[in-house]
Amino acid sequence: MNAPVVDMRGIGTCFGRRWVHRDLNLQVTAGEMLALVGGSGSGKTTLLRQMVGLLTPTQGQVRLFGQSLTGGNRIERRLLRQRFGMLFQHGALFSAFSVFDNIAFPLREAGVASPEEIRDLVALKLAMVEIDLADARHMPAELSGGMVKRVALARALALEPELLILDEPTAGLDPDRSEGFVTLVRDLHRQLGLTVVLVTHDLDTLAALATQVAVLADQRILAHGPVEAIMALDHPFVEHFFRGERGQRALAANAPGAQ
Amino acid sequence: MSAAEPTAPQLELLGEGRVALCGHWSHRDLTRSIATLRRALARLPRDTHWDLTSIGRMDSFGALVIWRAWGRTWPPHVALSPVVREALDRVAAARGESLPPQPRPRMTAALVLVGEGAFRLGRHATDFVALLGRIALDVMALAGQPGHWPLREITANLYKVGVQAMPVAALVGFLIGVVLSYLSALQLQTFGADVFIVNILGLGIIRELGPVLVSVLVAGRSGSAMTAQIGVMRVTEEIDALRVMGVSPYVRLVLPKVVALTLAMPMLVLWTSAVALLGGMVTADLQLNLGYGFFIQTLPRVVPPSNLLLALVKGLIFGLLIALVACHFGLRVKPNTESLAAKTTASVVSAITLVILVDAVLAIVTRRVGVPY
Repeated sequence: MNAPVVDMRGIGTCFGRRWVHRDLNLQVTAGEMLALVGGSGSGKTTLLRQMVGLLTPTQGQVRLFGQSLTGGNRIERRLLRQRFGMLFQHGALFSAFSVFDNIAFPLREAGVASPEEIRDLVALKLAMVEIDLADARHMPAELSGGMVKRVALARALALEPELLILDEPTAGLDPDRSEGFVTLVRDLHRQLGLTVVLVTHDLDTLAALATQVAVLADQRILAHGPVEAIMALDHPFVEHFFRGERGQRALAANAPGAQ
Repeated sequence: MSAAEPTAPQLELLGEGRVALCGHWSHRDLTRSIATLRRALARLPRDTHWDLTSIGRMDSFGALVIWRAWGRTWPPHVALSPVVREALDRVAAARGESLPPQPRPRMTAALVLVGEGAFRLGRHATDFVALLGRIALDVMALAGQPGHWPLREITANLYKVGVQAMPVAALVGFLIGVVLSYLSALQLQTFGADVFIVNILGLGIIRELGPVLVSVLVAGRSGSAMTAQIGVMRVTEEIDALRVMGVSPYVRLVLPKVVALTLAMPMLVLWTSAVALLGGMVTADLQLNLGYGFFIQTLPRVVPPSNLLLALVKGLIFGLLIALVACHFGLRVKPNTESLAAKTTASVVSAITLVILVDAVLAIVTRRVGVPY
C-alpha cells in the first residue's frame, strides 16, 4: 500500500492563546479530490499553509509523499517541493513578469529544461488552461480575474506536480467562469492523474469537483468521507452548509458521482 | 509501485537498431541524467525501432524531450503504452504554435525614446499643475466650511512627519555639526582665526546646511512613505472607493500631507540647526577652548536674524515641494509592484533634486539678505 500523499498527524495550532486546531488528523490518498470545508475562522487556510510548509504547526507533523518537508538534505527537500503545486487565492502571479515568464519561472529555476523546451512547455501549459498564446506577453495587471486564475494554475502545474493544492479556486469568478474553471481542473485531474486538495466556500465547486469531503469544525476534522456520507451527518455546521436551500440546489444540479 | 522498481529513466540499446526506454520520464526523475540521455537520444538514427512500453510515469517534459529527439514527427517504428501515447499526443498537439515575437528594436527606437521622454516630462508638468489646481480648488471649497477641514488627518500627519522625525534629525544634525566644527577648527587654528568659527558655523548651518539637510532627510523618510502609502491605496482601489463615496482624495489624503509637511519642516529646520550648532559648539570648546558663553554671545552679533527667517521660509518651501512631489508620484502609481517601486524611487530622487535646484535659485535671489559685508 502506498503512503498517503498528505499525512497530517496530531496537528495542533495555537495563535496567541487560542487553539485553532487540536490533535487534528488528515490523510489524503493518491488520486483523491478532497474538499476541505468549514466555517470562517475554522483554520482551513491555516491547515493548507501548514500542508505546504508555509506555516509550522505548534504540535504534530506533516508528511507529503511519506517525507517531511523539513527533513532530509537540501536537494531532497527541493525535489519534494517540485512534487506539489499551489494555486493561491488571488493568483499570486509575479506582477513584474509577463504571463510567459510567470509560467516559465519554476522551469527555469529547476534548471533542467533548455530554453527551447521551456518555450514549448509553456505553450503546452497555456493550451492546457485554454489561454491564447498571443496573451503570453501580457503582464498580470492587464489580465481579467478569470485569466489570472488560469495563468496561476498553469504556473502551479508547470512542473507537473502530483499534488495540487487550491485555495478558494473559484472565489471571485462569475458562475460561468467558475464552471469553466471547475471543468478545467477536472480534465487536468484526469489527464495528469493529480491528487487535489481544495478549500472552498462554493458548494457548486465542491459538488462538481470533490470525491471526498473533510469537514473542519471544533478544532479538528469532524468527518472525512464521500459527499453523501458527510451530508447525512448530524452537526450544526453540516446542517447549515449542505442542507440549506442553497446547498440543496447546488447538490441537485451536480448529482454527486455523476461525473 | 514498490521501492524496488527502478525509477531512474534509462535508455537501453538492444542492438539491431532497437532501443528500449524505461523508468520514469518525468521532470523530477530526469533532473540527474538529462544531459546523458539527451546525448544518447541525439545519436540514434531516425529508423530506430523504439520500445516505450516499459516507461512508468511520463510527464510533458519527458514526452517533449523524446518528441524533440524524434524531430517532432512520429518515427516509423514505435511501440507505446496507452499512457505514454497520451502524453506524447498532448505534446504533439501543441506543435507548430510559436510565441508572438518580441518587437525588435529599430534604428528609430532611440529617437522614439527621446521623444517619449520629452512627452512624459510634459505630462508630469501638466499633471503637477493639475494637482496644484485641484488642491487650490478644494481649499477654496473648504474655506467656507470650517467644519470640513481634515484636522484630524493634519495633526496625525504632523506627528508622523514632524515629531517622529526629531530623533533622527537631531542625530544627523549633531554629527554634522561636530564634523564641520572639527574640520573648520583645524584650518582656522593655522591662521589664528579661532573666533571666526562662530561665523562659519552660524551662517553655514542656519542659512544653508540646516534646511537642505532636513529636506534630504525628510524626502527619504516621509516623502517615500507618502508616495508608497498613496501608491498602495491606488493598487488596492482604496482611492476609487473614496471617490465613489464622494470624498475627495485630494482633501482627505493629499491636503493633510501637504499642510502637515509644510508646517513641520520649518520647525524641523529650527530643531536640527539648533542641535547642529550645539554639536559645533561642543567641538569648538574641546578643540579651540572657545567657551560656551562666548559662543552663545557672539552668535547673534555675527549672524543677522534675517538668516533665521530665511531658513524658516526655505523650510516652508521645501516641505511644500517634497509633499507635493510625493503625492504627485503616489497618484501616478499603476496597479503593480514594479510601478510602486519605480514611483517611490522617482519621488525621492525628484524631491531632493528639486529642493537643491530651488535652494540654488534662492541663494542667488537672496544674496544680499542677511550676509554681513
